[in-house]
Amino acid sequence: MSRHLDVDVAIIGGGLVGSSAALALRNMGLSVALLDKGFCGAQASGVNYGGVRRQGRPLEQLPLSQRAHAIWPRLRELIGIDGEFLRSGHLKLARSEEDMASLEAYAAAVADQGLDLELIGHNGLRERFPWIDGSILGASLCAGDGHANPRLVSAAFASAARRAGAHVLENTPVTGVMRLGEGFVLEAGEDVSLKARFVINSAGAWADRFAADFGEPVPLTRIYPSMIVTEPVELVMSVNIGMEGGGIYARQVERGNCVVGGERALPLDDPDFSRPRGDGVLAIMNRTAEVFPKLRHAQAIRFWSGTEAAMPDKNPVIGFSDTTPGLIHAFGFTGAGFQIAPGVGEVLAELVRDGRTATPIEAFSISRFSHDRIRHGSGAGTHPEPQPRGAST
Amino acid sequence: MSARPQPLVVGAGPAGIRAAEALVAGGLRPLVVDEAPACGGQIYRQRLVDDGRSTKDLYGSEAGKAERLHAAFGALEGKIDYRPQALLWNLRDGVADIVVAGATRRVAYDGLVLATGATDRVLPVPGWTLPGVFTLGGSQVALKAQGCAIGSCVVFAGSGPLLYLVAWQYMKAGVEVAAVLDAAPAIAKLNLLRALPLDPGIVLRGTRFVAELRLRGVAIRTGIEDLRFEGEGRVSGVAWREGSRELRLDCDGVGYGLALRSETQLADLAGCDFRFDQRDRAWLPVRDTAGRASVPGVYLAGDGAGIAGADAAECAGERAALALLEDRGLAFDKVRAAKLEAALARIGRLRDALEAAFPFPAHWAAGIDNATTLCRCEEITAGTVREAASRFDIGEINRLKAVSRIGMGRCQGRMCAAASAEVLADATGKPIEVVGRLRAQAPVKPIPLALQLTAEPAELPEAAE
Repeated sequence: MSRHLDVDVAIIGGGLVGSSAALALRNMGLSVALLDKGFCGAQASGVNYGGVRRQGRPLEQLPLSQRAHAIWPRLRELIGIDGEFLRSGHLKLARSEEDMASLEAYAAAVADQGLDLELIGHNGLRERFPWIDGSILGASLCAGDGHANPRLVSAAFASAARRAGAHVLENTPVTGVMRLGEGFVLEAGEDVSLKARFVINSAGAWADRFAADFGEPVPLTRIYPSMIVTEPVELVMSVNIGMEGGGIYARQVERGNCVVGGERALPLDDPDFSRPRGDGVLAIMNRTAEVFPKLRHAQAIRFWSGTEAAMPDKNPVIGFSDTTPGLIHAFGFTGAGFQIAPGVGEVLAELVRDGRTATPIEAFSISRFSHDRIRHGSGAGTHPEPQPRGAST
Repeated sequence: MSARPQPLVVGAGPAGIRAAEALVAGGLRPLVVDEAPACGGQIYRQRLVDDGRSTKDLYGSEAGKAERLHAAFGALEGKIDYRPQALLWNLRDGVADIVVAGATRRVAYDGLVLATGATDRVLPVPGWTLPGVFTLGGSQVALKAQGCAIGSCVVFAGSGPLLYLVAWQYMKAGVEVAAVLDAAPAIAKLNLLRALPLDPGIVLRGTRFVAELRLRGVAIRTGIEDLRFEGEGRVSGVAWREGSRELRLDCDGVGYGLALRSETQLADLAGCDFRFDQRDRAWLPVRDTAGRASVPGVYLAGDGAGIAGADAAECAGERAALALLEDRGLAFDKVRAAKLEAALARIGRLRDALEAAFPFPAHWAAGIDNATTLCRCEEITAGTVREAASRFDIGEINRLKAVSRIGMGRCQGRMCAAASAEVLADATGKPIEVVGRLRAQAPVKPIPLALQLTAEPAELPEAAE
């Protein structure tokens, strides 16, 4: 039996961005359909590392990040669960003098942004974080940052949106979307058709196809972060750990499992799925044992990966389409979307309701890639390889 | 011929041994990796030390088969590369990661025979995690490999042919068997009549086990329900219901299991397609009659690809190896291959009858109370699973894992996935196959963080062809 919906906003992609936008829109009284090709929160939003971190973000992301920062402690009120959010602090480690210098430079650059960074020298580190290997020279602590459980948070935002009255359509890939009259028409799944005044493209690693459908090709690539988790061990890691210049990132959950990320995984034959590389996970595991000597005898029980969209300048695309009125993009978070996503959801809802937002997002405009469009021409038929209109979410 | 990497056989039970033997006969030198310290698999597991027991003591009526199989593997010495006590924890695209002696190595292979075997299928009941409660297979391992019993007064409960075999083995070993509690109704045993013409030996053997158990005064109860294990800190008794009668027995050890489940994670990591199998009530890797998986160069044999028992495993292992030889353009015995397939088809019909004689307790999931632990690694109860499924409106097992942690612990769902799927299917009113299967992730079993990668050593040579 075919199903027709007429809504204010159709959201393509039920990750944390799309789900939190759906909830915010419902709270404004707008009607919403949230569409996902699979399950809401099953892709990058649900399988990411779980860092809730402002420290280390580029300056232009900090207003948005601060906005999200205010949402995280309110999760229980918003979505019914706290999502295992812990304001543990985020400690970024320096392995060399150069690393320490760049931590210092960052702290100076963001001094007026309210992150309250604290630089810690070698002695301070030994005293306060004796479980970190002595080879680490120093660190920068952002006490207000923390971590949470992405598996729960993303699914709970979608569930909360559904309870708030959003039409949540899972396993319903959008097979066609086009501007028509005052709004959009969408076809999805086997037999769902929708009319919507606005469309939000929050399709993550699949968002470029929808952008291209509206004549806005973007240089989106896919990345596959690689993660491991240990069996539950004695609680040692009191903070969320990052490393200047990359390497590993690690956190310990209340139950005792340590989640550690680093390296990159490889896509499978179906590029929607990926899997960590054997040598990659070994490198993460060995580095974990070096940096946290107490974990040397811990066992790794699971590896995983996810499919995530990355932009060349590492900033997301957030804001109105350049080509199509009523179309709003929000994708390409480049491995750092989890913390800011609930803030992005609110911003998207404001864009729909007011046509503007008080949070500065100019740096994330899709127009920054418009030279690509000029070079490639515009509109359909100019993609390097034929892209079916039936892009999926 | 240029040196192609050697074929890899995973598992040195009946299937793996016969596969290795056939590969050697076909001119190849396979690498055989096995988690156990000695060949034989679970069924023909060898004792750890020479404790004076004969093969007849260890394997009973199957002693001849065990001896032949162990000897066949012994005869391959020098013709294969054999890694006992080796854990294959990841594989993909012709490269396997294997832990041997505390270090891990990457091994290239060309042709993969998965003979990974099975474990007990455990459906949790109250008290199943009490010390003193073992799986049927675990009870058997204790007896066979270590020469010790799981208690001095033992109850065996559950269902499947293994239930009676292990009870009988314990009785023979001189252990007091307090009772055999079979979840299958007595009437289901009529299906054994169907099995009789297919394999009179197996039916008569089973009948003899039952008769001898009865003769020694062992109570055999069928159609038992509401099974639970009781005790403070350790199992001290078993309670159950027969119709409206509540019954209870003291004991200090329990062997429990409801048939077997295939170890399919490596097939999953290898990228094999899966299908739901009604007879095993499980998702199994797809294979053709020769054992070819959906992925070229991957072959499946033995209980790891679907429960069929040790005799079938021997046939399937050899047949899969012949398929590998054929696919590699080497000579193989076509007549032998056809014979093996005929034997496997016959055993398949026997399995149908046996499964009907020990049917899956279909109402188990509905009856399991909320307080019972489903996932013992992560300590997740049936109630938590039901609540998570309802809160997040979940009807798929991987989503259930994501929100409830079920299957996220040390065993990665090997022990709890079947039960969790049953509870989820029951809670959502869906058929069991609709809730799907847990996707496998490496590592197949836990590995230490400090595990070091070693270069491929000289003793694991390229295959000479």
